[in-house]
Amino acid sequence: MPILTVNKLTKSFGGLMAVSNVSIQLKRGELVGLIGPNGAGKTTVFNLLTGIYQQTSGTVTLHQDDEDIPIQGLKPYNVCKKGIARTFQNIRLFKDLTVLDNVRIAMNKNINYSLFSTFAHTKAYSVEEKEVLDGSIELLKILKLEHKKDELAKNLPYGEQRHLEIVRALATKPSILLLDEPAAGMNPAETAQLTETIYWIKDNFDLTILLIEHDMSLVMKICERIYVLDYGMVIAEGAPSEIKSNKRVIEAYLGEDR
Amino acid sequence: MKKVIASPTFKKCITLGLTFVIVQILVSTNIINDYIFSTLTTICINIILATSLNLITGFTGQFSLGHAGFMSIGAYTCAIITLRNPTSLGFIIGVLAGAIFAAFIGFLVGLPTLRLKGDYLAIATLGMSEIIRILFTNMDRITNGAAGLSGIPQFINWGWLFLFTVGTIILLNNFIKSSYGRACISLREDEIAAESMGINSTIYKVIAFVTGAFFAGIAGAVYSSYYYFLEPNLFNFQKSIDILVIVVLGGLGSLSGSVIAAIVLALISTYLQSFPELRMVIYAVLLIVIMIFRPQGIMGSKELSLSVFNKWGNSLRRKKNGGIV
Amino acid sequence: MEQFLQQLINGISLGSIYALIALGYTMVYGVIKLINFAHGDVYMLGAYVGYFCMTNLNFGFFPSLLVSMFVCAILGVTIEKIAYKPLRNASRIAVLITAIGVSLFIEYGTMFFVKPDPRSYPPLTGFMAQTFHVGNLLITSQQILIIIITIILMIVLQLIVKRTRIGKAMQAVSLDGDAAQLMGISVDRTISFTFALGSALAGAAGILVGIYYNSINPLMGTMPGLKAFVAAVFGGIGIIPGAMIGGYFIGLVEVLVSGYGNSMYRDAVVFAILIIILIVKPSGLLGKETREKV
Repeated sequence: MPILTVNKLTKSFGGLMAVSNVSIQLKRGELVGLIGPNGAGKTTVFNLLTGIYQQTSGTVTLHQDDEDIPIQGLKPYNVCKKGIARTFQNIRLFKDLTVLDNVRIAMNKNINYSLFSTFAHTKAYSVEEKEVLDGSIELLKILKLEHKKDELAKNLPYGEQRHLEIVRALATKPSILLLDEPAAGMNPAETAQLTETIYWIKDNFDLTILLIEHDMSLVMKICERIYVLDYGMVIAEGAPSEIKSNKRVIEAYLGEDR
Repeated sequence: MKKVIASPTFKKCITLGLTFVIVQILVSTNIINDYIFSTLTTICINIILATSLNLITGFTGQFSLGHAGFMSIGAYTCAIITLRNPTSLGFIIGVLAGAIFAAFIGFLVGLPTLRLKGDYLAIATLGMSEIIRILFTNMDRITNGAAGLSGIPQFINWGWLFLFTVGTIILLNNFIKSSYGRACISLREDEIAAESMGINSTIYKVIAFVTGAFFAGIAGAVYSSYYYFLEPNLFNFQKSIDILVIVVLGGLGSLSGSVIAAIVLALISTYLQSFPELRMVIYAVLLIVIMIFRPQGIMGSKELSLSVFNKWGNSLRRKKNGGIV
Repeated sequence: MEQFLQQLINGISLGSIYALIALGYTMVYGVIKLINFAHGDVYMLGAYVGYFCMTNLNFGFFPSLLVSMFVCAILGVTIEKIAYKPLRNASRIAVLITAIGVSLFIEYGTMFFVKPDPRSYPPLTGFMAQTFHVGNLLITSQQILIIIITIILMIVLQLIVKRTRIGKAMQAVSLDGDAAQLMGISVDRTISFTFALGSALAGAAGILVGIYYNSINPLMGTMPGLKAFVAAVFGGIGIIPGAMIGGYFIGLVEVLVSGYGNSMYRDAVVFAILIIILIVKPSGLLGKETREKV
C-alpha cells in the first residue's frame, strides 16, 4: 500500500534542471534510500517534498486514510502538518535554544489553547504545556538526550545534534520521515548506534522513512529499496543487491563515459 | 512543576504589592515630588515601549523601526477620546481604544510587510511610521495638525502607571513562556527550520507584531494622559530609535534587560537634560560599542557571548530561583 | 504643459542629488550587504565642509567641491574601518543597529560643534548666479550646474567601475566576496574603496544641495538619506544604473506631488512608494530574485 507517490517531479532553476521527471513511490512502513553523486539533486527533492521549493511541474500525493492529499504547492508548515517531517543535511537546530525547547517548538502544532490562555496562563495553558513537556521528555529519553535537556543545542556534540534533529522531527508526529544524510560526519560506532535508532523509531512510531545518505554500507544495510539519482533523474531503482550490480549506477559513481 | 510555581508566584505578588504601596506612600507624602514622578512616568512608559518592541525585535527577530508610529496612534486616540469625555471611564475607554486601534494598524502594516527580511522590514516599518506621522500632521480637524493637541485631561497617577507597566511585563512574559512565544523565538533562530517543524511564520510574526503594537498603543495613551500635550513630531524616527536603544542596551530577547535599560537610560537622560546633543552622542556611542563588544546587551552572560539571544533561557533559570523577571 | 516642464526641471535637479546619494547606498550594499544609515550624514558633512571652504577659506565653488568630496571619501573609509569592519561577521541586525549608531553620532556630534541652527550658504557669483528664461521656463544656473556635475560624476563612476582594476574588483566582491578573496582580490581594500567612492559622491551631493537650497543644518541628511535609500531600492539595490534611475524617479515624484498635489504629503508618497515596491518587487526595477540556500 503506497503512502507517498511522487509523479514526474521537475524543478528548474533558471535554465538548470535540478530535478527532472523524478517519480518515487513509498509504501507504508518502508525504509527507502535516495542516493546519488554530489549535486545529483537529492536535497532538492527533499526541499520539493517539504514545500521549501515549489516544483516546476509534477505532483506529490500523500495517501492517508483512503484519501489522496496533494502535497505539491503547500507551504512547509502545512506539509509538516500533513505528516511529513524532515531533518537537514547541514543541521538546522535552533542553536541558541535549549534541547528541550527545540523539541517543544516542534510540538507546536499540538497546541490548542487560545491566545487569551497564553496571556492569562489559564488552566488550559497549564494542562497542555504539561502534556508538551512530558511528551518532549519522553521523546528525548528515547534517543538518550534527556539528561541534556537544559543544554543549548549548539553545545551538544555533533552526533547528538544529529540525534536531536531526529527527535525534533519526531515531535511533529509524522507518518513519513525524511532524513537528509543522518550519518554524515559520524564515526563507525556512532553510525552503528544511529542504525539501531532508525530501526527502532521506524517500528515504534509506525514510520515510513526516506533516507539520503552517502555512507553506502549504511544504505545497503538498512534500506529495503533504493532510488539512485544522477543529474536530477532517477537512473535506477531496486533492492540494494540489484543497485550494487547496476551498471549505470556504477558509471554514475565512478564517473565513466562522461 | 506546579507546586514549585506556587511559592515564587506568592513571593512575586508580595514584592509587587510592597513596591506599589511604598511608592504610593512616597508619592502621597510628596517625597516623590512632581519632578521625580515625571521621571518615573518616563521610565514606565519606556518600559512598556521597550518590552513590547523587544517582543517584535528581540524575541521574534523582526527588526521594526516604526514603534513610535504605533505609540502615536495610541496617544492620539486616547487624547481625542478623553478630550470629549474627560471622565475615568472615558480614560479607560481611551486607553483600550488606543491600544486596539494601534494593534489594528499593526495588523494592516504587518500583514504585507512582515514577509520582508531584516533590513527591508526595518525600512518599511520606518516608512510606515513616517506616513502615520505625516497623516497626523495633516489631519487638522481631528489632530489639530502640526500645532498639536493640548489640554488633554490628566488621569495618570501612580496606580494607573503601576497597573499598565506591571501588567504589560506580566502579559508579555506570559506570552513568551508559551507555545506562541516559543514559536516566535524559533522564527528568530531559523525561519526555514521553524516552518519545516510546522510553524506558520506569517501568523506568528503578525501575532508578535500586533501584540507589540497593542502595548505601544498603551504606552502612547499613558503618555498623552500624563503630558497634557501631543504633537506629531514627538513620534518621529528619533523616538523609534530611542526605544530601540533601550532594547539593544538591555539585550535583544530579555524583558528584564529592557526594564533595567529603561531605568538606566532615563537616569542618564535626566543628568544630561541640558545637553541634548551630548545625550544623543552618548546614545550613539553606546549603540556602536554594544554592538561591537557586547552584542547581547547588558543582560548577556559571558559564556554565551556569541549569541544575542540566550537571555530567554537565562531568565527562565533565574525565575526558577525565585527572582522577579 | 509649461508648468509640467518647469516641474520636470526642478525634479531632475532634485533627482540628481538623490541619485548621487543613492549611488553610495547601492555600492556599499553591493559589496557588504549593509544599509549604511550614516550615508545621509556623510552628505550633510559634505555640505558643511563645502560651507567652510567657501566662507572661512574663501575657496571658489569648484575647489570646494573637490575638497568636500575628498574629505568625505576619507570620512567614509574611517567610518567603515572603525564601526563596520569589526562587525564583518556579525548578524545583519547588529550591523544595522551600528549603522544607526554611527548616523546618530555624526548628526549630534556635528550639532555639538556647529550648533543646531541652520546656516546659509554664501551666494554664488558671476555666471553661477544667473537665471535663464526659456519661454516661460525658469532655469537657474545652480540647476544647470547640478545636472551637469551629476552627469559628469556618473560618467566618471561608470568608467571607474567598468574600466579600472579596482572597479572590477568591486563587481567581483559584490557577486561573491569569498570567491573574490580566493582569486587574490583584497576584499578589505575593495570595501574601503567602495566607501570612499560612495562617500565622495555624497559629499558632492552635499555641496550641490547647499548651493541649491542655501540652507544647511546638522540633521539635513536624515530625510534625503532615507529618500535616496528608497531610490536605491526602487532601482534595485546593489545595481548602479538602478540607483541613478531611482534617484531621478524619486526626485520627479516628489516635485510632482508638491506641484500638483499637496506638498505636505510629499514624504508620505515617497515612503508609500517604498512600501509598495518592497511588497510587489523587493528586488527593485532592475534587480533579480535571489533565493536562500537550504
